[in-house]
Amino acid sequence: MKTLKTPLDKEEVRQLRVNEPFKVTGKIFTARDAAHEKLLELEEEGEEPPFDLSAYPCFHCGPVMKKENGVWQVVSAGPTTSIRMEIFEAEFMGKFGTRIFIGKGGMGEETSEALQRHGGVYAQFTGGAGSLMAGSAEEVEEVHFLEELGVPEAIWVIKVREFGPLLVTMDSTGDSIHRDISEEVERNLKQELETL
Amino acid sequence: MESEVLAKNLVEPIEKAVTTLPEATLSALKAARDREEEGARVQFEAMLEAVEIGEKEGIPICQDTGTPTFYVRAGRDFPGMASLDDVQKGIRRAVQLATEEVPIRPNTVHPLTGKNKGDNTGKLIPWIDWSVVEGSELEVTYLPKGGGSTNMSQLTMMTPGRGLKGVKEIVLERIASMEGKPCPPTIVGVGIGGSASIAMNLAKKSLLRPVGESHQEPEIAELEEELKERANNLGVGPMGVGGKTTVLDVKIEYDYRHPASYPVAITPQCWANRRISFKITPEGEIEEVER
Repeated sequence: MKTLKTPLDKEEVRQLRVNEPFKVTGKIFTARDAAHEKLLELEEEGEEPPFDLSAYPCFHCGPVMKKENGVWQVVSAGPTTSIRMEIFEAEFMGKFGTRIFIGKGGMGEETSEALQRHGGVYAQFTGGAGSLMAGSAEEVEEVHFLEELGVPEAIWVIKVREFGPLLVTMDSTGDSIHRDISEEVERNLKQELETL
Repeated sequence: MESEVLAKNLVEPIEKAVTTLPEATLSALKAARDREEEGARVQFEAMLEAVEIGEKEGIPICQDTGTPTFYVRAGRDFPGMASLDDVQKGIRRAVQLATEEVPIRPNTVHPLTGKNKGDNTGKLIPWIDWSVVEGSELEVTYLPKGGGSTNMSQLTMMTPGRGLKGVKEIVLERIASMEGKPCPPTIVGVGIGGSASIAMNLAKKSLLRPVGESHQEPEIAELEEELKERANNLGVGPMGVGGKTTVLDVKIEYDYRHPASYPVAITPQCWANRRISFKITPEGEIEEVER
């Protein structure tokens, strides 16, 4: 299985194709609904993001964290439902240049178009596998907006080794497993309903 | 019974519930993995590895341990019946302790302001579903059910004329439309009849039955089996990436309905089908912890 290193190589990301599993070694950052809103709001006010958002994958995740002897640790960090971020992601990519989004459940057409425009991919990490992610987390490097947003919604920058398996489900050519499966399920459903 | 004693004793079963999976669910996941290929198989392997790490390291398998919900079956001859109030207080306190100690993610936010209370309690949360039963035991089941699966719940007040066929259509249409969002393969809880609120409660309670265990009435068991088979023909697959396994099980509970109403409630449970059942003694000790 391929392992991508960060800071991300733009061309390497662009070349990823649906159904390809990969892992990430380096840094990732978490961002859920409130974090997306916050970053876009700040950008509108002319402020710089706290770090280069284009260099690392964005992980849709609200983790369980624990502070031990003054050091934050990842306890459990599986993906959250990505479609909630559909209203932000195209704009997010345009403004911050983020190219890999990791979550679960897939995203919609607007994100798919933006992935094509910016050469990005959406990858799925197995929902519920929070302990598996924690096993690959080596260090919590930074946290942003913790006071304001709380633990699940804050932006956590986490150093990871072999984080995955991540499955590319939407790629820079516009392919989407989610779209394909949707169509297939629709056909299968029709058949099941006809034979009731 | 001292509620504080009970609270301290409850932290361990709560921890066990969120860090392990019941055996029946685990073996169903393994069997499913063996049937699948490619992307679908990758999903099952990640799930099984997550379970292994959770158990070995004592950390929550999934970061989402849901809105804490407890099902309490109080035997009418339970010697500590006079202190049921302490059970309620003990459970509430236990949730606060477990949030800190396990730890589990603080998930309770004010519905309007979004402010997180930080300790997993609300006005009536942890929610406790009480029932009075025969016997002298006090049995509790804790069901940490994540928000992703709960968000896919649906209540339909069906036109009664659609009958049983209508029920099947509604269930299959829902399983198809929720795709990968509730973290499949799911265990689909279906509540039929009663009223709107009764049906939803039945749907959730049906999830307490272990994976693989059919309803005791043959007609209902048959309906469960048919829906399970048809659901798995839909091809949603684990995490919605396509495959043979969309559901691990379909569970149905029913009650009598108003002739003009035909409620059909659905609530899916994710593959990380965590729970724990145990007994509480009149002194607030925990007994016979089961997965």
